[in-house]
Amino acid sequence: MKEQQSLSYGSYVLVWLALVVLTSVTVTIAGMHLGALSIATAIFIALIKGSLVVYYFMNLKNEDVMFRVMLLVALVTLTVIMVFTFFDISFR
Amino acid sequence: MSVQAASPATHHKDHTGARIGMWLFLFTEILLFGGLFLLYSVYRSTFPEDFHYAATHLDTLVGTANTLILLTSSLTVVLAIAALRRNNRKLCTIMLSVTILAGLLFMVNKYFEWHHKFDIGLYPNSKELLRRAPGENLFYGLYFAMTGIHALHVIIGLGVLSVMLWIVAHKPKKTITVGPLQSDRLSLVEDQRGAVWTHEGEGEIAEAVVTLVYKSNEEINDDTWSKLENSGLYWHLVDVIWIFLFPLLYLIT
Repeated sequence: MKEQQSLSYGSYVLVWLALVVLTSVTVTIAGMHLGALSIATAIFIALIKGSLVVYYFMNLKNEDVMFRVMLLVALVTLTVIMVFTFFDISFR
Repeated sequence: MSVQAASPATHHKDHTGARIGMWLFLFTEILLFGGLFLLYSVYRSTFPEDFHYAATHLDTLVGTANTLILLTSSLTVVLAIAALRRNNRKLCTIMLSVTILAGLLFMVNKYFEWHHKFDIGLYPNSKELLRRAPGENLFYGLYFAMTGIHALHVIIGLGVLSVMLWIVAHKPKKTITVGPLQSDRLSLVEDQRGAVWTHEGEGEIAEAVVTLVYKSNEEINDDTWSKLENSGLYWHLVDVIWIFLFPLLYLIT
């Protein structure tokens, strides 16, 4: 069996620190009442946080390229559903 | 004529295949929550003010605390997996215990949060919500559905991780039976440290059956590691979903 790579304890702690910092950033920005911009930044930061968890904690970093393709298919499917629904909602 | 000795049946385990299966399952979970996020987005775009106002009743502090708790539990579960990779059973046990405690703490916070909502009359189909603007009712319907299904996933994750904790922490008893002895010298090499257990006996032990029971400390096998990794993947997904739930529900005021 091919040994799967695992990161060092320290690098996992660093990823966690980044997640904590991003959480405080998103809470701070939400408190600044930026209007339409605030929801955009909140989703953007959530995307970064989610990617960090998937890439490092879920070890996508060291997985075969097939895992990325599968994830892409799932996310594209979700995006297509979202976009098409909004086409329907917006031009009704 | 030579007879090939049958090698002990080795069950082929495909750990990559197991992970693919887990990821595929997680995609169905993403689509499940994706549907709820879609509903949320559509209703939010239809009733932006109502959603905005309804969210002011949510406690951002509790939401932030729960976010940090889940993020930390994700770290500890990944450390548990890394520890098991390095055959550090003790650290793995500690980290898994911390993860489970964090999950329980999350649920305790959730309990008080929901309890408070119920106290002020905010629960699905309550008179208070029906009295309010339709968008607020929709917001709370989505709030309870999304955080409820998420909490259910936390509970399932806790169950899975508890089983893994038991598997990792539990040292199976191993029994070795030897005898009757052929010689007056008994040698056992089954010890985990490679130490040789010997007994130099006189005549009488030659007829004895000796049973030795000891707590096995053998290295964690790949199978356990594979199971723990897949449990970890599930736990991380629960975390990722919360990462998106938190800003959409708590931070839109």
